[in-house]
Amino acid sequence: MKSMNRTLFYVPLAIFLVMVVYFAFGLTRDARVLPSVLINKPVPPLVLKPIEGSVRGFSTDDLKNQVTLVNVFGSWCIACKVEHPFLMELKKSNVVPIYGIDWREVNRKDGPAWLKRFGDPYTRIGDDPKSKAAIAFGVTGAPETFIVDHRGIIRYKHTGPLNYEIWRSTIGPIVDQLRRDQVKAKGTS
Amino acid sequence: MIAEAGHYALTLALFIAIVQATVPLIGAHKNDSFWMSFAQPAAILQFLLVAFAFGCLTIAFVTSDFSLAVVVHNSHTAKPLIFKISGVWGNHEGSMLLWVLILSLFGALVALFGNNLPPGLRSRALAVQAMIAVGFYLFMLLTSNPFERIIPPPANGQDLNPLLQDFGLAIHPPMLYLGYVGFSMAFSFAIAALIEGRVDAAWARWVRPWTLLAWCFLSGGIALGSWWAYYELGWGGFWFWDPVENASFIPWLSGTALLHSSIVVEKRDALKGWTIFLAIVTFSLSLLGTFLVRSGVLTSVHSFATDPSRGVFILALLVIVTGGSLALFAWRGPGLKSDVLFQPISREGGLLFNNLVMTTAAATVLLGTLYPLMLEAMGGGKVSVGAPFFNATFVPLMVPMLIAMAAGPMLTWKRSDLKPVLNRLWIAFIAAIVLVLVVWQIQGGAVFGLIGTGIATWLFVGTMVQLGERIHLFRVPLGDSLRRLGRTPRAAWGMTLAHAGLAITIAGITGAGVWKVESIQSLMPGQSVSLSGFDFKFQGVKQIQGPNYQATRATFTVTQDGKAVVTLHPEKRLYVVQNQPTTEAAIHSTIWGDLYAVIGDPEGTKGAYVTRLYFNPLVVWMWIGVMMMMLGAAMSLSDRRYRIGAPKRTRQRIEGAAATSLK
Repeated sequence: MKSMNRTLFYVPLAIFLVMVVYFAFGLTRDARVLPSVLINKPVPPLVLKPIEGSVRGFSTDDLKNQVTLVNVFGSWCIACKVEHPFLMELKKSNVVPIYGIDWREVNRKDGPAWLKRFGDPYTRIGDDPKSKAAIAFGVTGAPETFIVDHRGIIRYKHTGPLNYEIWRSTIGPIVDQLRRDQVKAKGTS
Repeated sequence: MIAEAGHYALTLALFIAIVQATVPLIGAHKNDSFWMSFAQPAAILQFLLVAFAFGCLTIAFVTSDFSLAVVVHNSHTAKPLIFKISGVWGNHEGSMLLWVLILSLFGALVALFGNNLPPGLRSRALAVQAMIAVGFYLFMLLTSNPFERIIPPPANGQDLNPLLQDFGLAIHPPMLYLGYVGFSMAFSFAIAALIEGRVDAAWARWVRPWTLLAWCFLSGGIALGSWWAYYELGWGGFWFWDPVENASFIPWLSGTALLHSSIVVEKRDALKGWTIFLAIVTFSLSLLGTFLVRSGVLTSVHSFATDPSRGVFILALLVIVTGGSLALFAWRGPGLKSDVLFQPISREGGLLFNNLVMTTAAATVLLGTLYPLMLEAMGGGKVSVGAPFFNATFVPLMVPMLIAMAAGPMLTWKRSDLKPVLNRLWIAFIAAIVLVLVVWQIQGGAVFGLIGTGIATWLFVGTMVQLGERIHLFRVPLGDSLRRLGRTPRAAWGMTLAHAGLAITIAGITGAGVWKVESIQSLMPGQSVSLSGFDFKFQGVKQIQGPNYQATRATFTVTQDGKAVVTLHPEKRLYVVQNQPTTEAAIHSTIWGDLYAVIGDPEGTKGAYVTRLYFNPLVVWMWIGVMMMMLGAAMSLSDRRYRIGAPKRTRQRIEGAAATSLK
């Protein structure tokens, strides 16, 4: 009886140590590995289902043979709303195809409703309610935009809303450069 | 130059803390009063140094010294002065400086006013306090130095996140930290007692005021955060069970348990090991809260930028502090025997029941908060645990406790009888039934709403009955009752206020949670919407220019039965420097509910706007209830027995505690 009593006092310590293991895991998962590691790596193989009301989602293979932007958004995300008019501009001027990942909608109808209301700048959209794609891409928050080259390799990541300034100073030049690379690659092969 | 001085002061404070953490501890062990005497001056000096460093950082913010990285990232010359000052702690580095400032302030207070403490206990408690401080100084100096320079300094700063440029949020972190860090005092005393192997009523009398103080501030901090979310995020909600909110709520739950169990130690010399355990757990949960918020382990809207080195450091700190103290507890805890017995139906029994529910609730919220992390660690998908989980677990847990709460304070110590107590509560029972029926008639049968109404009424009337009993209302002439009322100790007033405040808060949560009415629509200027008997007429928008933002300002005139009630001006702001929009809801509060208007984006080209209008019933009750709880804690804190009658280190039996039945 007495020894059992003593063991009881060790229970909190044991529970705490188990928790520490989880925290240690949590640190390796979130913080260090994801954000930058995917640059210059191929897009993780994925097939994304279409959002509600649409028939086509997209898969990793769809990104090949062209330079694309992959944009992570959600109807819940205020900054996405800020970025949205610029994406519409991009779409209008037809400079680069934008593939959308509709991330973590609470309700499956929210994303489509949002696009219906404000306009749809995307070539194709994949639904990502469970963050599968977001984790594979190492998304840290929405909006986030990846530049993917013609071989399906992620070349750049921008966190936060896009705007004309950022396009002119960084994204635009990188897209142009990658386009030239693609043409060159075609010429030599 | 000022920055270097601050940096230097902080480094010096680290070394002072190292001395304070070791020398007095050895002194207490050897019972050497000279070695022990290092504790007090060290604690005071440490505080002065940190206060100096904090002053330096504040000057850097106020004068917009853009050679400091933290100022560049969080300030701007165009920012109003109050937000320049609040910007000091509106960021990671500065908030850590605030944390150690409060930590060292409390240490200095013990050093200055703890003369009636036994020297051994005081030296050990101050040494433990300094150990925590050492951890935080190292953390700051190595991973998040607020005095880091940036070369070359930019012409202007990047401004503070506009969501944080707000009065409520300017004082929210200091309040929360006063709460978190306040529990460090209970923790330090608990560890000191474990080292000494002695816990008695005098010990509890020292720990209880600190716990009360911490609890009071933490309650206020949580309520402020909730208030901020209510008016700033523009969703009409006030609590989202977000990981960061939970991080402050979990220590509040276990702190509430500690608050009540320390009464048992003080009055009855029982539940000693348990109280020590709660003191350790509560501070550990405060640290855990910091870890979760600062490390980015859990994703949340509030998360500061993810930085793994910081996360690793805080985790290490957590392992040392919590792991170390729990190991000490496992080793020394079994020695804290108490031979005091009590029946399940007794005041102690009631307080223990409170403790069991509070700790279970804390564990439940903790589990819900960490579950996504655990599931992912085991290879499951990424999930988020939200309101449905907490509503289904937390609420049912609370119900029995809230019901018992009306009866608990009327039980006598040691051994009691439930029947006479319940007999006295008949009026509370009738009142609850009547009010539930009335609400059912008016609002219909939302189950949560009826349960909430019933419980809030029962608890409120029950608490009043308890006060009536104390002063023998209607049993002796009214004059005698009033005289008894005048003689009621402040601690008892504190309990009455806090319990009644909780009842009112529950009523508010029920009202705002269950009977909220909302309406989202696109309105042309001149159009009206009718909501809960109020007519909202949209008068159009105007562009205005603020100090560091541009805003679209809308005008709604609200009328009820044709009579003007109020004019509301919700705004949609765009903070220019960070290019971030915010919503400023317009709120008109009345005792029965808030009128709440939000202006959205323009729709079409003809001047139509998306508008969201809410009627949030009884929201004000939440804030009033929390203020009553805080006032209750303050009343209890000012009780005579903490001011005079210095706690003596004798195993004094609690003479006549049952007779006066103090809380």
